[in-house]
Amino acid sequence: MSTSASRVSRAAEARVSRRSRRRLPAAWRSPLAVIGLVIAAVWFLAAILAPWIAPYDPLAQSLPRLTPPGEASIMGTDALGRDVFSRLLHGARVTIPLAGMLVACAMVLGTVIGAVAGYVGGWVDEVLGRLTDLFMAFPTVILAMVIAASLGPSLYNAVLAGIVVTWPMYARVTRSLVLSLRSQNYVIASRLLGYSPWRSLGTDILPNMLGPVLVLASLEVGTAILLLTGLSFLGLGAQPPTAEWGSMISGAMQNIDSWWLGVFPGLAILTVVMAFNFIGDSLRDVLDPLSSAERQGAGAAAPPASAQDEGADPVSALTSEISEQEAPR
Amino acid sequence: MVAPTRAARNRTSGSALPRYLLRRLGTSIVLLIGVTLVTFVLTALVPGDPIAAALGEGAIQNEATVQAYRERYGMDRSLPERYLLYLLALLQGDLGTSIRTSRPVMEELSTALPATVEVAFGAIVVSLAVALVLGTIAAYRSGKLADQVVRVVSLVGLSVPTFWLAIMVYRLFFMQLGWAPGSGRLSPALNPPPRVTGLYLIDFAIDGDPVGFIDAAAHLALPVLVLSLFTIGLLTRFIRTSVLEVLSTDYIRAARAKGLPARRVIVGYLLRGASLPILTMVGIAFGALLSGTVLVEAVFAWPGLGTYAYYAAINLDLPAVMGVGLVVGVVYVVINLIVDLLYGVLDPRVRLG
Amino acid sequence: MTTMLTLENLTVELGPKDARRQVVRGVSLNLQAGRIQGLAGESGSGKTVTAMAVLGLLPASARVTGSARLGEVDLTSLRPRELNRIRGRRVAMVFQDPSASLHPQITIGAQLTDHLRHHLGLKRKAAQRQAMELLARVKVPHPQEALSRFPHQFSGGQRQRIAIAIALACDPEVLLADEPTTALDVTVQAGILHLLRELVDERDLAVLLVTHDLGVMSAVADDVAVMRDGRVVESGTRAQMFTDPQHPYTRQLLEAMPDAQESEVL
Repeated sequence: MSTSASRVSRAAEARVSRRSRRRLPAAWRSPLAVIGLVIAAVWFLAAILAPWIAPYDPLAQSLPRLTPPGEASIMGTDALGRDVFSRLLHGARVTIPLAGMLVACAMVLGTVIGAVAGYVGGWVDEVLGRLTDLFMAFPTVILAMVIAASLGPSLYNAVLAGIVVTWPMYARVTRSLVLSLRSQNYVIASRLLGYSPWRSLGTDILPNMLGPVLVLASLEVGTAILLLTGLSFLGLGAQPPTAEWGSMISGAMQNIDSWWLGVFPGLAILTVVMAFNFIGDSLRDVLDPLSSAERQGAGAAAPPASAQDEGADPVSALTSEISEQEAPR
Repeated sequence: MVAPTRAARNRTSGSALPRYLLRRLGTSIVLLIGVTLVTFVLTALVPGDPIAAALGEGAIQNEATVQAYRERYGMDRSLPERYLLYLLALLQGDLGTSIRTSRPVMEELSTALPATVEVAFGAIVVSLAVALVLGTIAAYRSGKLADQVVRVVSLVGLSVPTFWLAIMVYRLFFMQLGWAPGSGRLSPALNPPPRVTGLYLIDFAIDGDPVGFIDAAAHLALPVLVLSLFTIGLLTRFIRTSVLEVLSTDYIRAARAKGLPARRVIVGYLLRGASLPILTMVGIAFGALLSGTVLVEAVFAWPGLGTYAYYAAINLDLPAVMGVGLVVGVVYVVINLIVDLLYGVLDPRVRLG
Repeated sequence: MTTMLTLENLTVELGPKDARRQVVRGVSLNLQAGRIQGLAGESGSGKTVTAMAVLGLLPASARVTGSARLGEVDLTSLRPRELNRIRGRRVAMVFQDPSASLHPQITIGAQLTDHLRHHLGLKRKAAQRQAMELLARVKVPHPQEALSRFPHQFSGGQRQRIAIAIALACDPEVLLADEPTTALDVTVQAGILHLLRELVDERDLAVLLVTHDLGVMSAVADDVAVMRDGRVVESGTRAQMFTDPQHPYTRQLLEAMPDAQESEVL
């Protein structure tokens, strides 16, 4: 009986016990995802159906001013006599799609830059890495504020600013994922079989990165909503008279005695962001590789087993030798 | 506890750490130059017209005024020239003059920065204390009800819009209950302490003024509370993971096998074992706080970096914007250096090579 | 011969509620003062879990039945606080890999003295003096300087000597040693085993030596028990076990063992 063999089986034991420890919480965790999905679904419906279910025109200044919640308007009216509930519903149409757009653009931009940096390596990696560091050195809100202010205050510029400040995170995660995937046997195998390096980027690496990156993105939707509403709160996003949650709260500051002006839009932001955080967090549990990749940098993310079987088989003996010698940096 | 710190002091000189720090300092300076370049390019390429913003629509019609203005702020030169001039002035500690207030940017930042650092530091202390307790409980009760409660609490903490929470607590604790003082760093009746650090709590303490100290602390309470909530969410999740990892190590099992009471195992062995990743995260959280204060400062009329950056941005006050960018970059670098230094203090393997 | 620790029908179940499995199934053993009781078996046979169960070091979800009696007390039924009075003081443990079982960020001195001070109420100076003596006893060079050093500044063998010193600090009656030489180089192993033997004779310790390595077993154990699938399949003195094994599994293990005779030279 060899020592190393016993260590290996010990490690296997440890893995088994860790996995079974995880099974218990998994049962607890799913309710969170369900709650998140339900809240998100309600808001999506509200956003889609707003024109039909909103009792008033969100921009019409037709009601008595600053009336507390009552029969006529269930969330009261603002300083210009607009219905808060109607504005709230229409606000969902503004914030949610824009946050989605922001996250999608930042994800694509960051993923491409990170993948290129990790895959090409060398000086390209060096330059892109420094660029990523540079953007991460700025505090997001302040940088976004400066960008939004210099481009001129508007919702689209706020989205643009949000993209500029959030892409580096995707780049970092993607880069470390690519570095670890690149050294997997099936990727090396496809190189040995004579396929071009770009082929394996497309067929092996990108599909395996998708899961972790999407989890990150789902967690980032909440952050994006907070950033957009925050910029609007400062007057650097949505402009009056747009019905938007952040600027509604900003309006509440001028009439701080009318509590209903601030409470409801704030709760709207809170619940939407919470829904996305619940969903993203539950997804993270399912796709653990992301959190381990974040923690340990390269070499932690394990691709799904099925993908591993595809490429490695024909030359597995050969490639396992090679991968040991050409381990990731 | 005592032995390692003493050893740390004895050994830092002449070991690998200083060299490591020097190298980090080198890359930091490159990063800072990058920061100035980015802010410069960003502000130079803006479509907005800073001259119009500064002079107003009337004065901009006057050719002579505009020309004088351009020369005053060096805008008649080429971009690279302007950047070099900026860097040269920077070496002498001159960040230029604010277009909005006509005062030296350096002077204005030196009062704004401590105001923000005071709040951010307070929030870090509070949230680290809370998060250590919550995160450790969650790790110990991993998968149990307590773990789930902590998880939901921290996720909600991450979901609250801070500017909204700020308004809500301001309304509640100041306007309705009257427990907290109003906005700003001090009550209007009081004078700021003689400036030593710019941090009011410390300066009042040095001055030996208990009334001012308590007033400054009371004004800090609400902003710190609001900012803590988000940071608690951020840190708790992370501390839970780190503690969970350390919990399964042999050295924790060995410490338990020694018959030490649970509290000593947690404080002396467990949290120390998890201290390095937690430290890294605290550094990141501090950076996030500097950024997050912008929205909270706006509500509490807190004369900090965020407020300054906000007015600089909406007025397209370029020297001020660049100053903010640079100061924030410096703070970022300093935080990283402190984290690196503490790494050496906490982990002998870093310190002793 | 005094019996120090008696395991009776010790049974351990591990895993979450819906997937429990028995890892240790009714193990009974007697540990005598001044003797080393070997516990052999392949990995997964439950021998390490047996040792952990004695000191209550298994995860909270583990279910332990049967008894582990130290004098009149059954360790498996103690509350945490009571168990802590026995851990490290009357029953101590040495782990497999000293580079994992010593805290990397704490000085040797602090790791040696914290339970000394806690259990015996020693003042710091007195505890340090005792720690130095212990280090000298386990033959760690320059004990004085060693106190202010960190684990990574020692070799693997020295680290295990330090771990043994930590275990013996409060002069326990029983020592549980879980594969104490497995992580070490072969050349260092002999020295550690030799030290262990000396300490047992000198302090009248009762030792449970868990190992998969029959070479180690034949070198130092007085009595040997062989475990398989959570059960003890054979037990007896070392001589019986190595010259006249009864159970086919024991014979199988012995045949697989290279150079048993050679290691006995120790």
